[in-house]
This record gives sequence, C-alpha cells and structure tokens, in this order.
Amino acid sequence: MLKDITIGQYYPAFSVIHAMDPRVKFLMMIGFIVVIFLAWNIAALGLVLVFCLAVLFLSRVPVKVYLKSLKPIIPIIIFTAVLNALYIDGEVLWKWWIIEITKEGLLRSGYVALRIIMLILITSVLTYTTTPTQLTDAIERVFSPLNRLKIDVHVFAMIMTIALRFIPTLIEETEKIMNAQKSRGADLETGSLLQRVRALLPILIPLLFSAFHRAFELADAMECRCYHGGKGRTRLKQLKCAGRDYAAIGIFLPVCAGIICASVLIPIF
Amino acid sequence: MAAVIELEHVTFSYGEEAEDQGFIEDLSLSVEEGSFVAVLGHNGSGKSTIAKLLSGLKLPQKGRVFVCGIDTSDEERELEAKKNIGMVFQTPDNQIVATIVEEDVAFGPENLGVEPSEIRRRVDEALAAVGMEEYKDHAPNKLSGGQKQRVAIAGVLAMQPRCMVLDEPTAMLDPRGRGEVMKTILRLREQYGMTIVLITHYMNEAAMADRVVVMDDGRVAADGTPREIFSQVQKLKQLGLDVPQPTELIDQLKQAGIDLPDGILTVDECVQAVTRAFMEE
Ligand SMILES: Nc1ncnc2c1ncn2[C@@H]1O[C@H](COP(=O)(O)OP(=O)(O)O)[C@@H](O)[C@H]1O
Ligand SMILES: [Mg+2]
Repeated sequence: MLKDITIGQYYPAFSVIHAMDPRVKFLMMIGFIVVIFLAWNIAALGLVLVFCLAVLFLSRVPVKVYLKSLKPIIPIIIFTAVLNALYIDGEVLWKWWIIEITKEGLLRSGYVALRIIMLILITSVLTYTTTPTQLTDAIERVFSPLNRLKIDVHVFAMIMTIALRFIPTLIEETEKIMNAQKSRGADLETGSLLQRVRALLPILIPLLFSAFHRAFELADAMECRCYHGGKGRTRLKQLKCAGRDYAAIGIFLPVCAGIICASVLIPIF
Repeated sequence: MAAVIELEHVTFSYGEEAEDQGFIEDLSLSVEEGSFVAVLGHNGSGKSTIAKLLSGLKLPQKGRVFVCGIDTSDEERELEAKKNIGMVFQTPDNQIVATIVEEDVAFGPENLGVEPSEIRRRVDEALAAVGMEEYKDHAPNKLSGGQKQRVAIAGVLAMQPRCMVLDEPTAMLDPRGRGEVMKTILRLREQYGMTIVLITHYMNEAAMADRVVVMDDGRVAADGTPREIFSQVQKLKQLGLDVPQPTELIDQLKQAGIDLPDGILTVDECVQAVTRAFMEE
C-alpha cells in the first residue's frame, strides 16, 4: 500500500519538453502561473487554454496520465466552482429559497474551475518531464542569486536531494516495522482514534530512531567523500541552454504578453 | 614514504570521563603501499574505531595518524587526506547520497571541484571497475545490497584514492552479495594495485589478504600472514574468533593424534593434507 506512493512523477519520454533546460522550464512555469491569475476573460483564458494544450501535446506524455494528476483535486474544483456560482450577484437564472444562481456566477465558476485545471496541468508538465534531480539542480541555480543575501541555497538543494533519496528507503522501512508489529499482534486498523494513535507509537519510535541513525551515518559518509558545502563544488551534469530553450522563450513571452493584453483590453465579462 | 597508513602511538577514547579513557592506548600500526590487510576482531574490539581514526572522522587524543604522509589533524590538508583514503561502510543504504547511481558516484569528485568532463570519465571508469556500468541511470533504492555496496565502492574510487578502508562491507549482505563485493575488492587490488584495509569478521575473507591484524580491546593482539595467524587456533578462540573451517578440522585431527601440517587455510589444501596423511598410514 505504502509502496504505491510515487515521489517525483517523472514520465520518461523523448520530447522537446523533456529535453529543455530545467531552469527554463521552471521559470516558465512560475511565469505562466502568474499569467493564469491575470487572465480574467474568455479571450485571455482561451489563449491560456490553447497554450496549455499545445504544451501538453508537445510533452508526449499520454493524456490519461494528465487526467490522473487532475483526479485528486476534482473535489476542490467542484467546491470552489459551487461557491462562486452561489455568491456572485447578477442576472438571476434560477432561484430556490435563498439559493440564487446567476449568469455571472456561472461564468465566474467556469473561469475558476478552468484556472485551477490549468494550474495543475502546467505544474504536471514540469514534474512529468523533469527528473527530481534536474528539478533540484534547476532550483539551486535559479535561486543562486539569493546567495548574495547570505542564504545558502545549496544547502536547501542538498536537503531536497537527500530527502528524495531517502523517502523510498524510509517507506520500505515503515512497511517492515508495521509488518513486524502486526505479526506481534498489533492492531492498527480498529479501535478509537486514541487507541489507533497509541498503536502507531511502536511504529513511529523505531522509525524515528532509525532515521536519526541513518542521518548520522550518512553525514559521516558524506564527510569522508570530501563534502564541505557548496563552495568550490563542480557538477557532473552541466545545465546548458540550447536553441530549443531560446525558441521556447521566444514563443512563451509573446503568448504571455498576448494573454495580459487580452485580459486588460477586454472588459471582464 | 612506503607506508600509506601510519598510526603512531595513538591513544583515543570516546568519552571525556576518566573511566572511558584509553579505549585505544598507544597503538602503532602501519600499512605498506599496495598491500591487502585484513583486520579481524570480535564485536567491540575497536575495529570501527580504527576506521574512524584513519578517515579523520575522529582525531586521536595522543599520538598521530598519517594518511599518505598527511597528519589527519592538519586542518589545512584535511581534504587532501580524505581524498586519499576511500571509506566504505557497513550499511549500503546509508552511504549513497544521490537519487541516481552515476550522480552518486560523481559526488566525491564534485566535492573536490574536478572538471565536469573529467568527472564524467572517472564515473564511467569507476562504474566499469565494479561492474555496474549498465546501472548508471538506475535509482539506488531499486538495487540489491551487493549492488549498492559496489556503487559505494565506485563512489570512493572516483575520488582516485591511494588506499581504501572497508568497514565490514559484507556484513549486511546475503552470500551472493558478499561474493560480488569480495570479487570487486580482489579485482581492485589486481588491476589498480590499490592498498586495501578490509575490516571483517569472516575468516574466509581475511584468509584472502596478505596480512591479518587481530584486534582485541583496542590493541593489536596478533599481526602476521594469514597462515601464521590461523595456525594459532587456540589463541584465536581465546580472542573470541572463529577459524576457517578447514583449519579447524585440521586442528581437531591433530589433537586426535594425526600428524598434519600447520597453516591450512583452504578446502583444497585441507583435502590434500588429509588424503596424504591417510595414504601414509
Ligand atoms: N560513538 C561512540 N561513543 C562511545 N563509545 C563508542 C562509540 N562507538 C563505539 N564505542 C565503543 O568503543 C568500543 C569499540 O567499538 P568499535 O570500534 O565500534 O568496535 P568493532 O567495530 O570492532 O565492533 C566499544 O566498546 C563501543 O562500545
Ligand atoms: Mg564495527
């Protein structure tokens, strides 16, 4: 059961999007999220949608996989859409007791739902086409100017890498401990909340103990391999911007400008 | 200097308390370039403590530890000393840092600031040396214990150390993984002439070395060739150690009054000696 959790949902394929520099992808994603929030009418949202679909198509990741990433947030989409439909005043279409559905409300809830879907899809494109390592690398480099503010960005990237490396190991270990306790008669599934929390303790404590033990041993191993922070460190894999990255930026910027113009120039509804 | 590793009158204890003091007292030991030394000893005899002293993770309270002529307490040459001594530890999982095999192997050279093209070359070479090149893009947590341990060895090799210290690298492995790791160690010695210090409690592994050092309570209890060491069956037993099974058999037969030679280590030698003895009778 625990094994099904996937960390970093990289979907291997050969596509332009996969081949792009992760830094460029990361920055574009951030930029696009901002643009999504600036798109306030049909024209602008339509442009966002077209761009989004084009990127999905280029990524060569099956639509099915994208739909799966949307599944967990369906309740959130419905919830926000319903709230919006109910709370916006305007031309009443349907009324029952104190519940009013207005035309503006419906439109607005449609926009909101669409916007959330776009947000999820565009972040999925990044995580499906970029390995966790590439992503940490990109983040380390994108935020490297923060070093000047005496924030050690390298440390955060290192922590992320180690977390990614050890999460599967710790999940495996949790399963082992759970099975060991179950075979000794521990009951983890029934009983009151308090009883169940108490039943978890014999799992959490050994797990915590082992995690600390691992941390100390890993620290020793890292020190023996000459780790001394980010200073003077080189990397095996260099990130390089290639023609495709410049082309992507060349397309991306005008699209963003177009969306913002459409949003500003055409009235909201 | 021909000695790659040199401990000079080392005294070390973990705690500041008086009763803990002197776990290791006045220990001197040196390892020649290109030799293969096995360190034996029962649990708690101080084997891992020696590994920690060699790696510079712990510094002696008295005396000095030299790695390739560099004092491990010399802060300015700390990296140089660490680069020259590759450490491999017992738990395969707790020494792999990265999420992809080749990136883990690159970790050491990256820390040393080696050029990316040179790192690439070293990573490929190190993975080939341990026979793991086809796994370079794999996630370490999907590998077997023996494979993980070979990746750990590759990670150390990529720093191009002068010697390697392996602290019970096979203790957590199944027989197959153990075989893989021992074969890798022997290959490093043959192909690269690497100086190897192998801490182990498997007698058959120690029998492959050129020299065996037996530890007991933080001191060297015996030091010699495997043949010299393993012929002292009674002494080894007193030190809480097993002897290789063929040696044990010969010893028992000798006690039963059969005339057999000393220093039998392998099954083959044992078979020959026993058949010869019975033919003579
Ligand atoms: N981190 C530590 N703190 C205090 N005492 C320790 C520590 N590590 C080991 N010891 C003690 O030092 C002695 C030698 O341990 P060690 O070198 O690990 O033995 P070996 O590896 O031969 O089993 C043991 O008595 C052990 O209890
Ligand atoms: Mg030990």
